[in-house]
Amino acid sequence: MKHFKITLIAFSAILFSGCAQQQHTNMYHWGAYEDVIYKTYENPGELSVQEQIELFNADIIEAQNEGKKVSPGFYAHLGYLYFSDGDYAAASQAFDMEQTLFPESGPFLTGITDRMKEGE
Amino acid sequence: MQCFSIKKLTAIISLLCFILITGCATKTPYDYSAFKEHKPRSILVLPPLNKSLEVGAPYVYLSRVTQPLAERGYYVFPVAVVDELMKENGLPSSAEMHNVPLSKIKEIINPDAVLYITIDNWGQKYQLISSTAMVIVSGKLIDVDTGTLLWEGHAEAIQQSDDGGGGLAGMLVSALVTQIVGQQVDLTVGLARRANYQLFHTKDQGLLEGPYREESTNLGQP
Repeated sequence: MKHFKITLIAFSAILFSGCAQQQHTNMYHWGAYEDVIYKTYENPGELSVQEQIELFNADIIEAQNEGKKVSPGFYAHLGYLYFSDGDYAAASQAFDMEQTLFPESGPFLTGITDRMKEGE
Repeated sequence: MQCFSIKKLTAIISLLCFILITGCATKTPYDYSAFKEHKPRSILVLPPLNKSLEVGAPYVYLSRVTQPLAERGYYVFPVAVVDELMKENGLPSSAEMHNVPLSKIKEIINPDAVLYITIDNWGQKYQLISSTAMVIVSGKLIDVDTGTLLWEGHAEAIQQSDDGGGGLAGMLVSALVTQIVGQQVDLTVGLARRANYQLFHTKDQGLLEGPYREESTNLGQP
């Protein structure tokens, strides 16, 4: 029985150290972002653009309450939703937010904004 | 009798340990020298190439990739927006998107690196007393300026329904339940998430921690 226990402890130790993944707490509030992506691909039309925008806006409030940033891509995606909805002012505001949070998105979103303005 | 069963148990556990040790420890750490030289901040994930028979796999994958990658510390471009814009610009398939020259990607999106994913296997199989679901993927991270391979990796997430025990009857019930549940909840969705965490977060094999993770660690956040 003693041997068994020792083996079990050794086994557990290996399990938890051997090829462990480095786990951290999430830096971002995730909310509905990826589920909206999943749903719109899996079942297009299940969520209207308006409903998607509402889900995103609810996440902004939840993220504030949690004291976390929304994830990379979140505001860019929201901006694109506003753009599809024809609300260019809200779209460009969301694109600005993404660039403030994540300057790496700058050239990409400036390009989209320029083309959006041309189409206006 | 009891003694025999403990011996047997010990043997099984030893065998499992052996498999675990050989499975993990013999893998040499990935050579990160090119990665460290280029230190990417932002990553563009293109819709993956699909070698599986599951037509919808690339998009389920795409909906499960941002969190593991962003939580590793990188800026991840909005995957669905990028996909949409590429389609609007005459690139209907992931194969065509994977063929876009890096110079063009840099001009329009300007990521530091592009992640090219291939789905090697994907799906759910129902057998008589068990069902198996799997997501097997591999990925290559390419530096956008030089075309240098910064990193490559492979991950397999496999889930079997018959690991609950309870004898043959129990196994039959559990296979049945998994099948019924499986019709409503696609197991591969969760497995895709697990495969991506394994792909990017495994120590010495995944991606090194990116700048946003480093910054948050330096600020004393968990």
